[in-house]
Amino acid sequence: MTDTDTKELKVKDKQEVSTPAEQTRPGLVFTPDVDIFETEKELVLLADMPGVQTKDLTIDLRENVLTLTGDIAPFEGAEEDDILIEYETGKFYRQFTLSEVIDQERIEAALSDGVLRLTLPKVEKATPRKINVTAG
Amino acid sequence: MIYRRLFDLPTWRARTPFDELERMRSQMDRVLEGFQGTPVFRPTAGVFPAVNLTEDKDRFYVRAELPGIKSGDLDIQVTGNNLSISGERKTGAEVEGARYHRREREGGRFSRIIGLPGDVNPEKVEARLVNGILTVSIAKAEAAKPRQINIR
Repeated sequence: MTDTDTKELKVKDKQEVSTPAEQTRPGLVFTPDVDIFETEKELVLLADMPGVQTKDLTIDLRENVLTLTGDIAPFEGAEEDDILIEYETGKFYRQFTLSEVIDQERIEAALSDGVLRLTLPKVEKATPRKINVTAG
Repeated sequence: MIYRRLFDLPTWRARTPFDELERMRSQMDRVLEGFQGTPVFRPTAGVFPAVNLTEDKDRFYVRAELPGIKSGDLDIQVTGNNLSISGERKTGAEVEGARYHRREREGGRFSRIIGLPGDVNPEKVEARLVNGILTVSIAKAEAAKPRQINIR
């Protein structure tokens, strides 16, 4: 990325999930922004889920599909009147298909400051290894 | 100043020709989205972060979603009736040699001043940053609190 550190942040509208399966309870569902990057040993996924606590976060993995679901507690006290509302709050939901390269037994997740960090280690044989050639 | 708005759109000044095009494009997107039935016409000032401003009898509450920001990177000030929130969001320098597949989270500086619709008491301001949500609660000045009047 060639962006410098001092560029200004622009506001982004929160993206609603476009065609979700219907929920049983009414409410909005948003897609969290994610960064996915890969190093030699693992894949790391960072997802912005502000307002989600560890107990409200569900990470489900079945048949190579990883599903992230985060629940939000409603933020307003009962006595409050709205003056200006610029963003809505709602659940977060996003699904990813994992390739076979991921070792599903060793996935780790950490949630801090509203950012989920998922570490998906690669299967041992998929990490590049140098093979030494002996002479003779 | 914040007016209680229902459907007005705030206007922007275009700084470069591309700003104007970008603004038209995003407004067009919103109009088209509106036709598909999801409610999206939400007036914003176009400045990060988006805030929700609410009040009750004694206090104003300003909330913003700031995931990934530590309290050390955030600067909150109250001057007169204006609340200013500024800081920097670092998306983290990751390991050398990392290859990005997706990059949707952005980092950078932000600064926003919100005019509060009423007199406030700058001595009694509390700010909490929990799970990436900032909540600033500002006590109203005594004169601005509603007073119940008894009818005899």
